[in-house]
Amino acid sequence: MATKQFIFVLLYIVCAPFIGGFLDGVDRKVSARMQGRKGPSVFQPFYDVIKLFQKEPLVVKRSQTFLVMTYLLFMVITGGLFFAGMDLLLCFFSLTTCAMFLVLAASFTHSPYASVGCQRELVQMMAYEPMVLLTAVGFYVATGTFYVKDIIGMDMSAIVYLPGVFIGFLFILTIKMRKSPFDLSTAHHAHQEIVRGVTQEMVGSNLALIHLAEWYETVFLLGVVAMFFVNSNPVSYVAALIVVLLAYFLEILIDNVSARVNWKVLLVSTWVVTLVAGGVNLTILVLMHR
Amino acid sequence: MNLIPFLICFPFVVAIFMYLIRNNKIRNGVAYASLVVIMATVVWLLVDFISHGAQGTPILIENELTELVILIAEVGLMFLVVYQCFVHRKYLISLLSIVQTLLIIWVEHFGPEISETPQMLLDRLSVLMIVIVAFIGGMITIYAVGYMHGYHHYHTEFPDRRYYFFALIFVFLGAMFGLVLSKSMLWMDFFWEVTSICSFLLIGYTKTDEAIENSFRALWMNLLGGLMLAIGITVSAFQIGVVDLQTIVEYGLTIPIVCFAFAALTKSAQLPFSRWLLGAMVAPTPSSALLHSATMVKAGVYLLFRLSPALAGTMTGTMVSFIGGLTFFLASLLAISKSDAKAVLAYSTISNLGLIVACAGVGMPETIWAAIYLLIFHAVSKAMMFQDVGAVENSLHSRNIENMQGLIYRLPRLTFIMLIGIAGMYLAPFGMLIAKWAAFKAFVDASNPLLIIFIAFGSATTMFYWTKWMAKIIGPPRVDTPLRDVTKKNEYASLYIHAVIMVVICLLCVPMSKFVVLPIEESLIGSATMTLDSADIMVMVILLIAIVVLPFVCYFGTKKHKRKHVISYMNGVNAGDNKNFIDSFGEEKQLYTANWYMVDYLGENKLLTPCIILSAGVLIIMMCLIIGGAV
Repeated sequence: MATKQFIFVLLYIVCAPFIGGFLDGVDRKVSARMQGRKGPSVFQPFYDVIKLFQKEPLVVKRSQTFLVMTYLLFMVITGGLFFAGMDLLLCFFSLTTCAMFLVLAASFTHSPYASVGCQRELVQMMAYEPMVLLTAVGFYVATGTFYVKDIIGMDMSAIVYLPGVFIGFLFILTIKMRKSPFDLSTAHHAHQEIVRGVTQEMVGSNLALIHLAEWYETVFLLGVVAMFFVNSNPVSYVAALIVVLLAYFLEILIDNVSARVNWKVLLVSTWVVTLVAGGVNLTILVLMHR
Repeated sequence: MNLIPFLICFPFVVAIFMYLIRNNKIRNGVAYASLVVIMATVVWLLVDFISHGAQGTPILIENELTELVILIAEVGLMFLVVYQCFVHRKYLISLLSIVQTLLIIWVEHFGPEISETPQMLLDRLSVLMIVIVAFIGGMITIYAVGYMHGYHHYHTEFPDRRYYFFALIFVFLGAMFGLVLSKSMLWMDFFWEVTSICSFLLIGYTKTDEAIENSFRALWMNLLGGLMLAIGITVSAFQIGVVDLQTIVEYGLTIPIVCFAFAALTKSAQLPFSRWLLGAMVAPTPSSALLHSATMVKAGVYLLFRLSPALAGTMTGTMVSFIGGLTFFLASLLAISKSDAKAVLAYSTISNLGLIVACAGVGMPETIWAAIYLLIFHAVSKAMMFQDVGAVENSLHSRNIENMQGLIYRLPRLTFIMLIGIAGMYLAPFGMLIAKWAAFKAFVDASNPLLIIFIAFGSATTMFYWTKWMAKIIGPPRVDTPLRDVTKKNEYASLYIHAVIMVVICLLCVPMSKFVVLPIEESLIGSATMTLDSADIMVMVILLIAIVVLPFVCYFGTKKHKRKHVISYMNGVNAGDNKNFIDSFGEEKQLYTANWYMVDYLGENKLLTPCIILSAGVLIIMMCLIIGGAV
């Protein structure tokens, strides 16, 4: 078991940036086609990151670099814990800590756009955090364990018990992946009113590290989506892969058809969805267990 | 076991000396010496307790004189309250005191026959509480010596009544020892009363209108709790002729237990009684630190711990855990709107206590584990944070978080301690999160979805207010004027010791669970389980190493890199640096970036009253149902 875990973690650390970067490229391609453009090559994100690394290192405040780097490494650890089959709740706690380092890195310069972006990022975190925690609890109620390795070893996919939680998780995935209408703190597209928000003061290699961390994060989050479907039957892995790709496509679609909302709509809608989809699902499940 | 009467009486004796000695240097010396004596006694007591197998020992004090002293003191306290109430024209509040004192005296001397039982109990939980009170409380007192010196140096508008202040602090410590050692509810009620009145006097120390207003609010809320305690005692005396806490819990007497639980909620400043603790921050910082960490609010949760075997699975338990969960979420929501560092800490105390109360109310082994762990962790971290904010205030002359921008460059040592404190409050894998994680598991096993939802939302709001505070104090300051750190040696001594204890608690969470938390839990509810298995511990260790080591490695790893400095992006209107810009009149203006407080939505004036009404409604309805069902 230990070697299997080790291989999974190694695969994650090595492959996640490639998968994440490739998905990013697909995202740009599909988005372009939706908008009637040809779009860049699917490998464009890699070219971008390589170019960023070659740029002259510029900083507003020197110590920002170490916070960005800690953010990246913490993201690798978070995903690593997940793919090692560890405690899901601890993975999510670790994710929160990781997100906090991004906020610290962003606010470190106290420059106007980055500060606004950072405060918005905090509101986004406040919006999605309850659903993230309820997701972990949902898995615990459904399967009796927090361990990822045991959850995926069940005879029945968790989605059977957790349809509401799944919908809630997809909802917050939009925030996590920084997709419109919830890309308040920083956007992948060049039309954000606070310029680049959180990543405003990050250039060159610092920005490249942020991109890398985002790729790691994408793979981790899609791993959680897959976990709803995976069970002891190998066929379920294929089903999970299809669902993950569909979920990713759904996010791209939402990104392209919706306009950015303000923070109140973001917070209230996310909390309502969390309560209605996640809370009700969980309550029914808990009461059934009693 | 003569140590115990000594431990309780000694602080009271010291208090008299504190009041009488008017020379600051001599009084400080006596205070230090007395604290050393108290701490040494507690260490001795601890060693003695452990070497005797750490078994609970009831102590019977057969002394007519003690009873008489307590009686006289009770009446004396009543007259003190009545006098204060009449001076400040708060006549109604005096009724609360008169009724409960007379009720207690009547029950004790003219009521039903009460069987003679040991009045005191030294068991694992009370030893833990004694250690917390002696060491955290003691260090706060050491800190107070330095702090109050600076306080009266800068605040010449207040009369220097340090003799009074230190006398009160020692009375407080003595009363806390008495409270956590009491087995007889009559005794506990007396010490309960003493702590209530002590905190009332401490809050009113500066004698400003605001301080007096707030101190009376604290008084009536705590006296209301005291009255409920007295009613509970009376009912139990009539029902079974016993006023012994453990016996009442064993019998599971509904009405006394719900009354005691109500009293505990007032003392722990749970909604709807939170306002007294919020008002308490007008007092000098050491008394806030004392009220928030080692004493007062912990008395409430201590009583709930004692009641927890009788709370598990009952309507009263549901009431307590619901109020706790609700308080955890709402107080953290209210904390978002606060820019005053002490107010944020106050709301965070209320919120964290909410979590402890919720855990105690559920009364399952896992929740009790989480609650005890939280109690220890909260006592240390909150004492440290309050002292740190107090020290920052003395140097910065402000405790507004907005003014703390770039504090890491201006007061590096104090800020570093502050960062440790904040990190411990919500980051993985430190104390708070371990307890939260245990609580999640336990609430699922207890089939309590409502509490799970409260914790999930409360965690999110908690993260918001801590992170924005943390983000503010790092980075470059708004102004470059140097700041002189006026923190004294004794203040730093206390702060450093707290920081070390806190780091040690985080590092040694596994041994602490095994050797401290689990044994206490076992003696409290008869069984001890904690599902921290090896894989979880490994994850915690990985995270701990990551969060401690990674920033340092990254910091020193990137320090040597050549970097070109540029100015931040301000649409090209920077005035040559990152601190100023050219405004629309073509003039240079200082840049001011502020945190987001959402005062229009989450401000006290918007949210606090609805919260109080909601929680009061729930509390009243549930009390009526419980008492109505029991009669």
